[in-house]
Amino acid sequence: MPALRDWGMPALVTLPMSRTIIPFGPQHPVLPEPVHLDLVVEDEKVIEARPSIGFVHRGLEKLVEKKDYVEFVYIAERICGICSFIPGPTYCQAIEALMNIPVPPRAHYLRTVWGELSRIHSHLLWLGLMADAVGFESLFMHSWRVREKVLNIIEATTGGRVIFGSCKIGGVRRDIGADAIRQMLADLKKIEQDTRDITRVFLDDSSVKDRLCGVGVLSRQDAYELGCVGPMLRASGVAQDMRQLGYAAFKDLDFEPITRTEGDSYARCAARCQEIFQSIDLIRQALGKIPDGEIAVKVTGNPNGEFMARTEQPRGEVAYCIKANGTKNLQRFRVRTPTFANLPAMLKLLPGCDLADVPVLVLTIDPCISCTER
Amino acid sequence: MTPISQEQTLELIPVDKLLERVQAMHQQGYRLVQISATRLPDKLELTYSFALEGRVAQLRLHLVDDVPCVPSISSIYWCAFLYENEIHDLFNLAVEGMAVDFKGTLYKTAVKYPFGSTKPPVAKAGTATATSAASTPAPVPPPPSATANTR
Amino acid sequence: MAYFQMSRLALKWVFAKPVTSRYPFEPRQAIAGSRGRLVFTRDTCVYCTVCAKKCPTGALVVNRAQKRWTIDRLLCITCGYCVEACPKESLELTTDHGSPTVTKDREFC
Ligand code: SF4
Ligand code: SF4
Repeated sequence: MPALRDWGMPALVTLPMSRTIIPFGPQHPVLPEPVHLDLVVEDEKVIEARPSIGFVHRGLEKLVEKKDYVEFVYIAERICGICSFIPGPTYCQAIEALMNIPVPPRAHYLRTVWGELSRIHSHLLWLGLMADAVGFESLFMHSWRVREKVLNIIEATTGGRVIFGSCKIGGVRRDIGADAIRQMLADLKKIEQDTRDITRVFLDDSSVKDRLCGVGVLSRQDAYELGCVGPMLRASGVAQDMRQLGYAAFKDLDFEPITRTEGDSYARCAARCQEIFQSIDLIRQALGKIPDGEIAVKVTGNPNGEFMARTEQPRGEVAYCIKANGTKNLQRFRVRTPTFANLPAMLKLLPGCDLADVPVLVLTIDPCISCTER
Repeated sequence: MTPISQEQTLELIPVDKLLERVQAMHQQGYRLVQISATRLPDKLELTYSFALEGRVAQLRLHLVDDVPCVPSISSIYWCAFLYENEIHDLFNLAVEGMAVDFKGTLYKTAVKYPFGSTKPPVAKAGTATATSAASTPAPVPPPPSATANTR
Repeated sequence: MAYFQMSRLALKWVFAKPVTSRYPFEPRQAIAGSRGRLVFTRDTCVYCTVCAKKCPTGALVVNRAQKRWTIDRLLCITCGYCVEACPKESLELTTDHGSPTVTKDREFC
């Protein structure tokens, strides 16, 4: 009889003979990050899944007591390595709202452009991991080939490939010149073309569809009730995208949240594919409208009060709660990352699926365990 | 695109009103965004944030140390169990009746309840030299965040 | 349902040049604007220690009395805060990314 950690659930203390527990993770080929699932399986069917996370808890939230609020930007940026730009502006946005800092419009536009670039790169990375999970190695490499081009744009404009380090309270640290904008638009055209070739395989190819269609169906009601965010929520038909709040430059740009109605893994994959093109379009709009002027204002004083900033990361809505008390150090910095909100839905999806589909299901929520554990 | 309207409200409620208010939130269609705890010198502050599109409504509890535990809201919002387990593991607050109770095993931290200390926030720590840290072992093990910082 | 969607892509890449390079033999082309290795110019430095105060990771230690500027390369996150802060423009981030090391020594300049 395999022993399971006792979490006080009577059903698991005595397992019927036909059931086995299969551990998934913390190291698993499809997932470079540590999440552990105890899967109770009967034949090939998963009956129950128990997560355990917390292998890489870093205590970043506690660091606000050591670093002053200006320095903390670069820690906020390091919360996640994949959607690595958006945490910075989100943190800055919260502080700027507390201190009433008038951020110059050009800085807003630059933040938007970089944010969307990081969304493209994150989604391409996810497409690659997905191809890997369904066993399509060459598609995985092609996705990452395109991602490399996005990373090159990012490196040329911000100086960093993964950690951009270009956002600061009151604006941004770097400007993009007219030449660089032209170059970026030319590169984006190539990226769009390449992405089209790749997404055609994801969306039409029979072997990929066999693995994704009808797997892990999440109803609209469930997605809403379980607090899903991002593509996971939109693939189930709820049109909620935090960019609709109109932060940064999104109030001036034209877009509609991308929704699908099927709610299965294929819908989540398709939603992310479409979001890549949406992001390319948003960057074009933003670069077309970008105003001239200052890129940062000087910041003086200390923040006081409480604010919750919500923005849309590639994985979904992120909420930063900030509580300041008028000193240099914040009192509390709390991050609710999108993966944390999507975990309950994943636990609802797993029971009843085939063991072979578990990696696919775990990946469709686009888990980012490191940012979940901050 | 016209942005959707935004507003944030914050309301202090007593512990025994919590379930009632959360139930009302649920009926109005609000979604749970997060539950966070803040350790203040004299109390523990719990904030429940709910959102309906752009509107954010936050409920706040003040727990003075003699309050033994709070009721779980995971019977109303099932997904709350993760937040509640997290608060239990990091802040040492008992939450009663969680839908899934990890019994303190959700986070595997080197120090138990790392955020539970009541010490007031310290200003930026001076750069401790490697020699002094090695010769005089600190009386209390540093929180994991401290080791992450000096690494 | 469509079959052989991948073959088009695969065929195209049979004849195209590989996108990867033979790395150690063929060095990576540096991208202009990249934040790379921190370079220190001793001649202009006045040892004011501003850079060491600004460095978020504590990679820099400057001793004014001994006129010594040191850096722990493995701690440096190439953020560029010290470059922005230096009053004498003695510091600069280049596009090259340095070489691997096997020891964690501080570098004295
Ligand atoms: S800030 Fe510049 S001048 Fe001052 S010590 Fe550093 S490198 Fe030298
Ligand atoms: S680049 Fe950043 S981390 Fe490196 S020495 Fe300068 S301030 Fe410190």
